[in-house]
Amino acid sequence: MRHGVARFVTGFLALPVALYLFYVVWPFAQAAGYSLTDWGGYSDAQNFVGLDNYVRLLSDELIRKAFWHNVFFLVTVPLFTIALALFLAFLLNVGGREDRAGIRGVFGSALYKVIFFFPQVLSLVVIAVMWQQIYRTDQQGLINGLLIKIGLVDADNPIAFTADPEPFLGIPAVLWWLLLIAVWSGAGFYMVLFSAAMQSIPKDIYEAAILDGAGRFHTFFRVTLPLLRDTISVAWVYLGFIALDMYALVFVMTPSQGGPNHASEIFASVLNFTAFQKGQFGYACAMGVALAIFTILLAAVQLRITRRDRIEF
Amino acid sequence: MSTATHGLDRAGQATTPPGTAPAGRDAHRPGWGSRIFNGFSHLFLLVWALMVLYPLLWVVMSALKSDSEVIQEPLSLIPDTLHFDNFARAWTAGHLGSFFLNTLLVLIGSVTLTMLLGSMAAYALARYEFRGNRLIYYMFLSGLTLPIYLAAVPLFKGVYNTGVSFPLLGPNKHVMLILVYVAWSLSFTIFFMHSFFRTLPDSIAEAAQVDGASHTRTFFSVMLPMAKPGLISIGIFNVLGQWNQWYLPTLLMQSVSGEPKHQVIAQGLIELSVNQGYKSDWSGLFAGVTMAMLPVLIVYIVFQRQVQSGLTAGVGK
Repeated sequence: MRHGVARFVTGFLALPVALYLFYVVWPFAQAAGYSLTDWGGYSDAQNFVGLDNYVRLLSDELIRKAFWHNVFFLVTVPLFTIALALFLAFLLNVGGREDRAGIRGVFGSALYKVIFFFPQVLSLVVIAVMWQQIYRTDQQGLINGLLIKIGLVDADNPIAFTADPEPFLGIPAVLWWLLLIAVWSGAGFYMVLFSAAMQSIPKDIYEAAILDGAGRFHTFFRVTLPLLRDTISVAWVYLGFIALDMYALVFVMTPSQGGPNHASEIFASVLNFTAFQKGQFGYACAMGVALAIFTILLAAVQLRITRRDRIEF
Repeated sequence: MSTATHGLDRAGQATTPPGTAPAGRDAHRPGWGSRIFNGFSHLFLLVWALMVLYPLLWVVMSALKSDSEVIQEPLSLIPDTLHFDNFARAWTAGHLGSFFLNTLLVLIGSVTLTMLLGSMAAYALARYEFRGNRLIYYMFLSGLTLPIYLAAVPLFKGVYNTGVSFPLLGPNKHVMLILVYVAWSLSFTIFFMHSFFRTLPDSIAEAAQVDGASHTRTFFSVMLPMAKPGLISIGIFNVLGQWNQWYLPTLLMQSVSGEPKHQVIAQGLIELSVNQGYKSDWSGLFAGVTMAMLPVLIVYIVFQRQVQSGLTAGVGK
């Protein structure tokens, strides 16, 4: 029997492990190795340069810029998405009329949920190409066209959107416009997630709160929100990963993938630019390792912060 | 728009809001505050629904306009006449037809294999004790945090080199892309299915073994069917995730020997947007986006319950 188990386990694991080692683990390991060389990528010439690439990273102006842009998304994408999603979920679930049965969800909430979820099933590329048209800087763009028609925007001087490097609140405007797309596409999904979590909270907890005379706002902030803590922190972690991976939007939406004038550069765009345009593969791999370490540290920190006694119900 | 009525029919009974407590106190009339708040809720929700729907509708409607109409009346939602030729043009001249075919071929292979290999590995890791179990599990798990861009250069190199001796596994080949998708989807699939197989009761597996079923047989005819809810969740997750892939295909589906690129839909759409921009074929581009968008939306609307609960279970737990 023991022997049978060993054969069974080996048989079940062999193929997945082999595929994973070859296409995921091995490239990562190689990247770590290349990061210690000055390999250009196209020739075979590569010299071991030790930690030179990493030292160079620390003083690289472009990387520093990209790092702060990553941090910007890391803070704003989860913050705005979760705030909006919670607000929508709140309206959806307790926005209805009050009657003898207590407080109701709004009429038509199932339909709202279906609609709000739409962006989640569309691919990021579809969304990006679509928003490219929405953000067009002439009258054919959806937003500029509407605003010009109403007279809020001068036709000779339309909003530049993702081509606008001018800072708004100290952050290049292009980043805010990219943020808008990220929040637009994410809010619906997290609203559905929070809604589901809200509905799994047992009714008697609410009964008790209402018997104690709590109104809907009170109930929401004192009962619902604390009980959603786990779900919110999971959402935060996932949105953190999404925020680190804004590359598809930057790639499709911004001039010269990271422009204008490097105003929307993020880690991934600098990495790709360095590897495939400038032909500095060794250096690009060092950036990748740095990004990986940053991600893992972040995940660890996040897990530590969000780990707390679970509320069981 | 049969879907709209579909949603409305369900709207009434589908909601069990958490605020709804069958409070055992006397009925009281809704106050003004309550009504105003209800009105505000509807207003805000409607505004957001419009912000989601309007751009989508605008894209679909622009796809039905003539090119001059797109330029002269970019904002109108009602085209003068319906120009279905835009779709034909995007399908043939824009190569959308072949993008679809490539995507479909790759997805059928990659989703099936991901599900099969992923649940096999997750099952072995979740229910059998052996040396290296934890090591392998954490190896798969670590893939969740590592950025794909880091692996890009060596991955391309590796695929290129493999292609020299095994042409089917080289760049621009469907089989290669399938295997790469599978490898990159394993982390989350195993992570998810692992916890699922853990929760299944031991007694049934034991009963099957007492009846003389082998380990393999127990897995395929007893445990896998029991894990069906999990399989549906992770299946939806993988279909959407792999349908949306664009970085891996952009990196790997490059033609090295002059043959035409086998592009998938996401990758082709970006190229289409660049090309149509040069040609100012905006209606063709809108038609392309519409075709990439509508099938997914329709499938979602039909299976919205499963998709919503599947995806939220995939992320929430």
